[in-house]
Amino acid sequence: MEIFLSYLWVFLIGGLVCMLGELLIITTNITSARILVTFVLIGVFLEAIDVFDYISDFAKAGINVPIIGFGASLAKGAISAVKTHGLLGVFTGGLTATAGGIAAAIFFAFIFALIFKSHTKK
Amino acid sequence: MEDKKRNEAYNRYVKAKIPKTHAWPSLFNSFWVGGVICVMGQGINDLLMLAFPSLSQQSAWAYTLIILIFIASFLTGIGVYDQIGKFAGGGSIVPITGFSNSITSPSIEFKSEGIIYGICVKMFTIAGPVIVFGVVSSMVVGFIYWIISLF
Repeated sequence: MEIFLSYLWVFLIGGLVCMLGELLIITTNITSARILVTFVLIGVFLEAIDVFDYISDFAKAGINVPIIGFGASLAKGAISAVKTHGLLGVFTGGLTATAGGIAAAIFFAFIFALIFKSHTKK
Repeated sequence: MEDKKRNEAYNRYVKAKIPKTHAWPSLFNSFWVGGVICVMGQGINDLLMLAFPSLSQQSAWAYTLIILIFIASFLTGIGVYDQIGKFAGGGSIVPITGFSNSITSPSIEFKSEGIIYGICVKMFTIAGPVIVFGVVSSMVVGFIYWIISLF
């Protein structure tokens, strides 16, 4: 029961965040690049004002899987690196924390681009 | 004057031809598809924690995101993710899988222009701005924290 409830939270919050994105698309007709940028900035902001962890405690994947989580870990990496390395952390922290995701996305994209052919859009 | 009239007529014509997205069904679809993707992420994360108890929560998240990125990249390669995208809109863009799709999709599409100028350059048409804004804004945040930590 407890597990079911926690998954329900994940579903509801994750769904709501994605619906917010769709709402932005419908009302303002903005492109997907701007949607992604907007949500990354929201994530950075939420982490900067120290609110993200409270949401993440109960929303879990619901807030970490949306690109908001990517923005939050950029900011979290920068902040925690500043605590250990000082000024150098400002430069190294963000990308270090998100290196796994960025490297994976680039690597898989490159491999699959070599393997697969373009599907002509209908 | 004639031009203005013609432009107005043309604008009306374009407006009539643009495919209308019906708000409520598309909101509903983006809601449940996005929710399902997040639940999948949580499921992968919980399974990883169960299978490898020594894994820290942070590394488990990193693996989860990498697995989601892999799945989305593969689905983009076989042409399935774009179909989901047509159906779910924001539900397929906002999750990290949408970020992965935005990198893989143009690299496959522009493959014919060569490896350097096709795949590698076009790869960042959407991801580029995302990474630039992410890095710059997080550096601003880090810099502010550094200033605060001085006092």
